[in-house]
Amino acid sequence: MQHKKLSQIAVNGLLNENPTFRLVLGMCPTLAVTTSLINGVGMGLATTFVLFCSNLLISLLKNIIPDKVRIPAFILVIATFVTIVEMVMNKYMEGLYQALGLYIPLIVVNCIIFARAESFASVNPVLPSMVDGLSMGLGFTAALAVLGSIRELLAYGKLGGIVLLGEWFPGIAMLGTAPGGFLTLGLCMALFNYVYGRVTEARAHKKQAKAKEENV
Amino acid sequence: MKEYFLIILGGLLINNFVLVKFYGICPFLGVSKKTDTALGMGMAVTFVMALASVFAYVIYEYLLVPFELTYLKTIAFILVIASLVQIVEMVIKRFSPTLYQALGVYLPLITTNCAVLGVAMLNTEAIKIGAAEVTVNLFGAFLNGAFSGLGFTLAIVLLAGVREKLARADVPKAFQGFPITLMAAAIMAMAFSAFSSLAF
Repeated sequence: MQHKKLSQIAVNGLLNENPTFRLVLGMCPTLAVTTSLINGVGMGLATTFVLFCSNLLISLLKNIIPDKVRIPAFILVIATFVTIVEMVMNKYMEGLYQALGLYIPLIVVNCIIFARAESFASVNPVLPSMVDGLSMGLGFTAALAVLGSIRELLAYGKLGGIVLLGEWFPGIAMLGTAPGGFLTLGLCMALFNYVYGRVTEARAHKKQAKAKEENV
Repeated sequence: MKEYFLIILGGLLINNFVLVKFYGICPFLGVSKKTDTALGMGMAVTFVMALASVFAYVIYEYLLVPFELTYLKTIAFILVIASLVQIVEMVIKRFSPTLYQALGVYLPLITTNCAVLGVAMLNTEAIKIGAAEVTVNLFGAFLNGAFSGLGFTLAIVLLAGVREKLARADVPKAFQGFPITLMAAAIMAMAFSAFSSLAF
């Protein structure tokens, strides 16, 4: 029972409640840093780390933190982990640190982290909270990786810094800029909605057919 | 004097917080269904951004820098903003119930608006506006906060205007809701990207 529940939580963050495409949370980094695959994945993993740690700690502290001051307490926990990430990246990942810039400290105000702390970690035991943090973070990372790949490939003809499309490819420079971010995300979200809608529809049909069969 | 003019123009148009810099996208997409609520949200954000810029600047220059604690700025600024929002909410509730009713629901949301933390962080370094670079003083920080907030207000009210019309349009099913809103935002961002070529 417990096992099944955990796997449900794990799938939840990746698909049913994908933070980017379904919940539409954490839009600022999603749009701003997805100009390349590496930036997107870097941002995603940094957020995953913070999400995992803050979910873990908040779930441990949930009975100690008084209800009235829970919001400042959560923010303090999240800000501490973000500062750790910032320092580590500054020391060991100079290039990525420069590329992500101000968006690293801004992980503090990423609504995904706060939303999971408030709606999941503060009411659930430690283990499910850890799984939830990991799954939500990886769902976010996957979405950023997809957007980053599309934009990098179409804007510069590269993927992960490696040239894939040769000189003949002129590159759609617009996709690397702000309007391209909105455009790519909008189109991806529409595609996700379309596929998700089709799949759930097909499932509903199957269930109906099955129910009919049983009735007959 | 020229610097202040640059900061004003940068905040409103050239570095528009939402459409060029991608700060504060969550309220931009979430609270832009009607123009009057969008305006309320915009004004609340502007107010908090101007105040937070001043407080964060003072704390950074006179507390964190002299004691060499600048690595604490993320934590310090977010605490300043969270308590500021709380105080603003209490003050408005006590002295202007009408304003409180208009802004009330949006105020707590502002703590997690990255535009507010973003402007506080930006003020600690030189700001790039077009080809120029400006270092802010206390008044500059206030101007940057206030006019970046007004730039946010401009963008969110414009988008709300578009969405009010879109509500009556026949949108394909997969595009309903956020995707079509993002399309509209993309077109607005294209228009705003033209401002980046303004030079001084």
